[in-house]
Amino acid sequence: MGRRTVSVAAAAALTMGLAACGSSDSTPTLTWYINPDNGGQAELAKRCTEAAGGEYRIETSLLPREASAQREQLARRLAANDSSIDIISLDPPFIPELAEAGFLAEIPDDVAEAVTENVVQGAIDGATWRDELVAVPFWANTQLLWYRKSVAAAAGLDPENEPVTWQQIIDAAQSQDKYLGVQGIRAEALTVWINALVTSGGGEIIDNPEAPADEVQLGLETDAGRAAAQIIEDIARNGLGGPGLANEDENASMLQFQGDRGSFMVNWPFVWAATLAGVEGGNLDQSLVDDIGWAQYPAVAEGEDSRPPYGGINLGIGAFSEHTDLAIAAAQCIVQPDNQAYYMVTNGNPASNTEAYEDSEVQDAFPMADLIRESLEAAAPRPQTPYYNEVSTGLQNTWHPPNSVTPDSSPEEATTLITEVLKGERLL
Amino acid sequence: MSVTETTGDTGRSADDGGRGGKIPVSDRVRAERRLGWWLAGPAFVVMLLVTAYPILQAFYESLFKYRLTDPDAREFTGLNNYVVVLTDPVWWRAVGVTVLITVITVAIEAVLGFALALVMHRALTTLRPILRTAILVPYAIITVVSAFAWFYAFDINSGFVNSWFDFVPGIGSDTNWFGEFGTSVFVIIASEIWKTTPFISLLLLAGLAQVPEDLQEAAKVDGATWWQRMYKVTIPNMKAAIMVALLFRTLDAFRIFDNVFIMTQGANNTEVVSFLAYRQTISRLEIGLGSAVSVLLFLCVVLISFLFIKLFKVDLASARGER
Repeated sequence: MGRRTVSVAAAAALTMGLAACGSSDSTPTLTWYINPDNGGQAELAKRCTEAAGGEYRIETSLLPREASAQREQLARRLAANDSSIDIISLDPPFIPELAEAGFLAEIPDDVAEAVTENVVQGAIDGATWRDELVAVPFWANTQLLWYRKSVAAAAGLDPENEPVTWQQIIDAAQSQDKYLGVQGIRAEALTVWINALVTSGGGEIIDNPEAPADEVQLGLETDAGRAAAQIIEDIARNGLGGPGLANEDENASMLQFQGDRGSFMVNWPFVWAATLAGVEGGNLDQSLVDDIGWAQYPAVAEGEDSRPPYGGINLGIGAFSEHTDLAIAAAQCIVQPDNQAYYMVTNGNPASNTEAYEDSEVQDAFPMADLIRESLEAAAPRPQTPYYNEVSTGLQNTWHPPNSVTPDSSPEEATTLITEVLKGERLL
Repeated sequence: MSVTETTGDTGRSADDGGRGGKIPVSDRVRAERRLGWWLAGPAFVVMLLVTAYPILQAFYESLFKYRLTDPDAREFTGLNNYVVVLTDPVWWRAVGVTVLITVITVAIEAVLGFALALVMHRALTTLRPILRTAILVPYAIITVVSAFAWFYAFDINSGFVNSWFDFVPGIGSDTNWFGEFGTSVFVIIASEIWKTTPFISLLLLAGLAQVPEDLQEAAKVDGATWWQRMYKVTIPNMKAAIMVALLFRTLDAFRIFDNVFIMTQGANNTEVVSFLAYRQTISRLEIGLGSAVSVLLFLCVVLISFLFIKLFKVDLASARGER
């Protein structure tokens, strides 16, 4: 903890003590709608309440576990002008929809400048809509290529030093008779994978994300879209995703990767903390941890850079809040680099501010911290459109199950379905 | 025992008939009717508020193109939403899947529920409370909880079904139950049957209790076999109860949502009609289109009730023993 925070906290404690004699009831209470985590956001709320010195108090309110369910609840509440929503932990893909509807309070330019200083580009992109910052970048997530060193060595690959392509890890898994860890479940995880494949191939799922619903152009019927479908087909048709590919989520991928047939896996950094916890709990062997390596997300074509997935949480300010100014101040407090470092170390969620990566505790807890930061700089957000839910669900409906995906028909099917749905001519 | 029952019955009906015949509308009858209205009135008002009002509201909303996050663009489109829904293969596939699940679950539950009702009916007095509780436990479990339980049991990573039943051909550690249509629907149906058979058996038990014991005894004296008594005495006498049980379960099964939502989220073409309504209204926030799906779902339910009551001549009043 920095010296400044300590002194602020001390001052806060003093003023709080004094305020307690007066009328503590007049302290405005800010409600922070948080996604479920390991208690990190509640702790940050406590810290910032103390730091505010009686200016405001932050209370947390829990949203559902699934990002889609979080969006559903927030959209309904905000559509009804819910004034109890002051600060919101937002999954980035849904930010354009809420911003376009006028559900997010404007962020003043000076604040926008302050909260984007030293922040990785992926997180800034994810918090931006129509060239304006509409949310405060909080933590930023990205996927890495995790691999079993023994398998990579046997297949003659060195992902740590030489970036690998999807073709290379497909061949390696095939020659070593192992499973690849990818997310084939009909859920957001599948969209994350498809988007990473399409953008790594130099394409975009949507060419004009800011267009009105009936003018949206999809970029799937391109070489990049077909290359993405080809990779999914190769993995699914050859059984390389394992028997549970069609409903494999991030957690299932991790379990498979930890097993005897684990080889390569694309996944978020939570798998590292979870694997270490498994060793500590005696369920996994230390030799497994020693065998795990990490590298940049696989590329689609040799010599090209990959665009890893981007996720995380940004803080939106409720447009109907009675204390917008205080909420913005509170959000600025929450995203301070030392708070982000604390959150990363204790909850395993990577910081969006590069300063947090200098923290020695972060470096100790995440030996791959620098790679995460680099990956975040290169990360590509999912299509930033107010109709993200339609786009994502349309993709999931047409590119699932994975063994039905082919480069000849899947991009076309998805394009037709999504275009018609956006025009209001189809059900989803 | 049967003799006392019969006398009791005749005694009561003679009394009723006598009173009704003498004075058509006495003060007492009028007072009773008024009391009836007072007693049923609040429930009737609540019914109007919680069912009629939302249904009318949904119908009204279904005439608009209306997205919750874009209220300014709301426009009246008449019946266009219905045209979109009814011309979409997704709707017809969902209807097909829903009908498939409904027919299979209700058919199996009727047979199974009847057997369980017989067991409960015939059980020794000492065993009866335990047996009834045991049979009713699944029904007491919240559907979402039972759906999760079944989901995790069959899940390829955490499930025990694959290892317990690996002696069955076709089941092994690699069987992905939620990987394709047939197996997904199998688990959904199995979970549904496990969960709601107690409901149907409870209704049938009430029906069994109505079958006069003296008829059974008379049939036994005449030398009828167990099967003959079942077909000629028991089932005809509880037809009304059977039909009501089937009607209630069919309506319930047609609105299936929780199991599909938890287990597949509609993957592998397991989308059902309720799920389609949920997807349009809650996920897509397309209030107009979603309301149209909901109204159509409501019409399907009305149609099912109508068919049951007209074709099978279900008499709701007689099932309750009023006539």
